[in-house]
Amino acid sequence: MRYIEPHGHMVSRTTDDYLDMVTAGCAAVCEPAFWAGFDRGSASGFRDYFGQLTEHEPRRAARYGLPHFCWLCINPKESEDTRLAEDVIALIPEFLGRPTVLGIGEIGLNKNSRNELRVLEMHVDLAARHDQLILVHTPHLEDKLKGTRLILDVLRADSRIRPERVLIDHVEEHTVRMVLDHGHWGGMTLYPISKCTPARAVDILDVYGSDRLWMNSACDWGESVPLAVPRTALEMRRRGWSAAAVDRVVYQNPVRFLSQCPKFRLPEEG
Amino acid sequence: MTRQQVLDLYFMDARCKLIEVAAFLDRVDRATGEADFRTVAFRDALRHLASEGTGRTAAVLRTLSDPTEQPVERAPGKGAVGAWPG
Repeated sequence: MRYIEPHGHMVSRTTDDYLDMVTAGCAAVCEPAFWAGFDRGSASGFRDYFGQLTEHEPRRAARYGLPHFCWLCINPKESEDTRLAEDVIALIPEFLGRPTVLGIGEIGLNKNSRNELRVLEMHVDLAARHDQLILVHTPHLEDKLKGTRLILDVLRADSRIRPERVLIDHVEEHTVRMVLDHGHWGGMTLYPISKCTPARAVDILDVYGSDRLWMNSACDWGESVPLAVPRTALEMRRRGWSAAAVDRVVYQNPVRFLSQCPKFRLPEEG
Repeated sequence: MTRQQVLDLYFMDARCKLIEVAAFLDRVDRATGEADFRTVAFRDALRHLASEGTGRTAAVLRTLSDPTEQPVERAPGKGAVGAWPG
């Protein structure tokens, strides 16, 4: 089996995880910029982080033969401080030309505040000005439904944004339809407790189809499972999905979306 | 999948989770002190389990969600607790 891990916070993981993922068939990993678990105090901390994402982490993954790509932003969890966000967003263009940067992400909302919305709009403007793909984080738990609606409103309000170049992540049963109806891609995050289980993710595929959906582990420093995607592929096989149909979801779909960025190339593609 | 296949694959897992929910509610009731909005939201969401149709999952998620539409003035923190405090 082959699969893409389209959303993994690998700076938080050990090299054992890289070994396990490659052993399970992972062909590439994509790492959105994330909250470190504490608020960084200055833009210079982000400059170092973007260096880690674009230089150090690809080298670490390459030791296991795994292509590593990334997305850049200031995460919604740090968006309440708009001055800091402005400084960080001003840094991002100097990194956009690096060979493994796929776009702007994971932007979005966390607690659905006015400042978070303002920073989301700044990120969307940045992506539009630089013709970048967008990866969107939707809020957690009780904040997801409202936050997803607000995010869709922001994207729809910017006429420069092409919906098919935006993936809205962490969809669940109450948000997936609205994301797909707006023409975006949807991402299902496979978490042990707080997002989709493998069984529910396959339910969503059964109900809504697999045309514009992908699955990811979003593994980070919290409770998460780096092998969640291949485990969900096993769940699909247990439910009668053919190997070809599983491959479309866990490999071909991420390739289809990510290949809209010309820098996303896998080794066998030359 | 046939219903028999679904039952064969998921019944024991769902049975386990059903009993865990019952045990959780018993635990809450045995405990002392005041409960909070999470208990109310949980019990409200439970009513969807006995409903007909295939929209139970989305209905439960909506019941646990913030139903308002306007952004809040300031983020009250970073975390989420799983139910809307109102």
